[in-house]
Amino acid sequence: MHRDEVDDRIRTLIEPFNKKNVEVGDETTFAGDLEFDSLTVMDFVAAIEDEFDIIITMNQQAEIENYGELVDAVCELTEA
Amino acid sequence: MSEGISQADRPEVLPESAEQRDLFSKFDDIIQTRETLLASGVEDPFGLVMEKVLSPTRAICNGRDTILLGTYNYMGMTFDPDVIDAGKHALDNYGSGTTGSRVLNGTYQGHKEVEEALKEFYAMDHAMVFSTGYQANLGIISTVAGKGDYIVLDIDSHASIWDGCALGNAEVVPFKHNDIEAMDKRLGRIPEGAGKLVVLEGVYSMLGDVAPLKEMVAVAKRHGAMVLVDEAHSMGFIGEHGRGVAEAQGVIDQVDFIIGTFSKSVGTVGGFCVSNHPKFEILRLVCRPYVFTASLPPSVVATAATSIRKLMHGSNKRAHLWENSKRLHSGLRELGFTLGTAEPQSAIVAVIMPDLERGAAMWEALLKEGLYVNLARPPATPAGMTLLRCSLCAEHSAEEVEAILGMFERAGKAVGII
Repeated sequence: MHRDEVDDRIRTLIEPFNKKNVEVGDETTFAGDLEFDSLTVMDFVAAIEDEFDIIITMNQQAEIENYGELVDAVCELTEA
Repeated sequence: MSEGISQADRPEVLPESAEQRDLFSKFDDIIQTRETLLASGVEDPFGLVMEKVLSPTRAICNGRDTILLGTYNYMGMTFDPDVIDAGKHALDNYGSGTTGSRVLNGTYQGHKEVEEALKEFYAMDHAMVFSTGYQANLGIISTVAGKGDYIVLDIDSHASIWDGCALGNAEVVPFKHNDIEAMDKRLGRIPEGAGKLVVLEGVYSMLGDVAPLKEMVAVAKRHGAMVLVDEAHSMGFIGEHGRGVAEAQGVIDQVDFIIGTFSKSVGTVGGFCVSNHPKFEILRLVCRPYVFTASLPPSVVATAATSIRKLMHGSNKRAHLWENSKRLHSGLRELGFTLGTAEPQSAIVAVIMPDLERGAAMWEALLKEGLYVNLARPPATPAGMTLLRCSLCAEHSAEEVEAILGMFERAGKAVGII
């Protein structure tokens, strides 16, 4: 799957979780900029997993801090 | 999930602060929250001292005669005369401690006897006793699921389960609490050939709700996963023989590992795993939280063995405990409190508080009435809730339960919750 398509689809998924309408770019962090707490992270990750039919394990989540890293990780996982 | 202390069950990644002064700066937020709460004048909910314990249901707490409604002492075994005698006898005959690991000089006759008692209690082939329930989860989960394996677990799992995941090298995949479909989907996406361990709890201690084990175990088995169920909060009174929720729902024969504790219904301290797996005994040599710690003192395993054997014949006590749970649940609901479950599902009744401030005020008002319950607060609780958690005991009399309801009514009105 092309990175732009992954980016588009995640951008749609993130909307309901982006309560403060923060402008999202590759450098946007989930904990800092988007202020996601652990429950939000779980729901957001579940939404992505269902959309792309993948698993993002907690081990992988620990490596993902910003939006760009998430898109890259999903690209990699959908290729596997 | 676990007690309402100031930590989430799932280990959280702490944000880095630019002006970090020393290693303790990371605790500043918790220190601040605590100071703010105590500055409002409430008694410290986490600083309670029981000066004298009168029975399984009564103690002198901070100078007051208090009914205990937050001890997990479900079957009231702590003052059972046979249990006490067994402990005294073991102290006299085996000494105060083993000073050794189970695999070196730390296995006494008593350790074998308590493992025999567990095998009989659960009708299983193998039993392995750990020094605490926490260590049982830590040891079994981190050892059984290794590198390249997958652990699929409920997001509301107890801290000991999360820490077992953190200690091991497996891939960790959480799913939404008690959500069968979410669990099914995640299991279906695990790469072919990878080892799978599903970790569930019979009763979740925060809200006292029960897992749909019948469905979940079937789904896990369909995906070829091994299943571990933590029955810490159900042993002794849920299921026909008190074997837990897996027994009550008819799936205990498909559960690969049951984890339990001696610190709740059994009334002492210690943890265990029972299993029918033919290679189970090898865990005694490869499980680090079993090998690299001292074994339980002889008096503890003697009290545990006696208590477990008595629990096999505890059907009358079980019936009374259920009556207590049902009466407290319906009474609190009639008074207008919001509860964690629509129906009583276990011996835990969780009363949902509007916020931490009023929760702490209610906790203190109850303590002044002479009632001890657990104050549980975020992040240890699901969905940011503040809870007053009540755990009933088979030794609470029907009159005591009515007295408890009276205390809740007065305290709830004084604090303005009902």
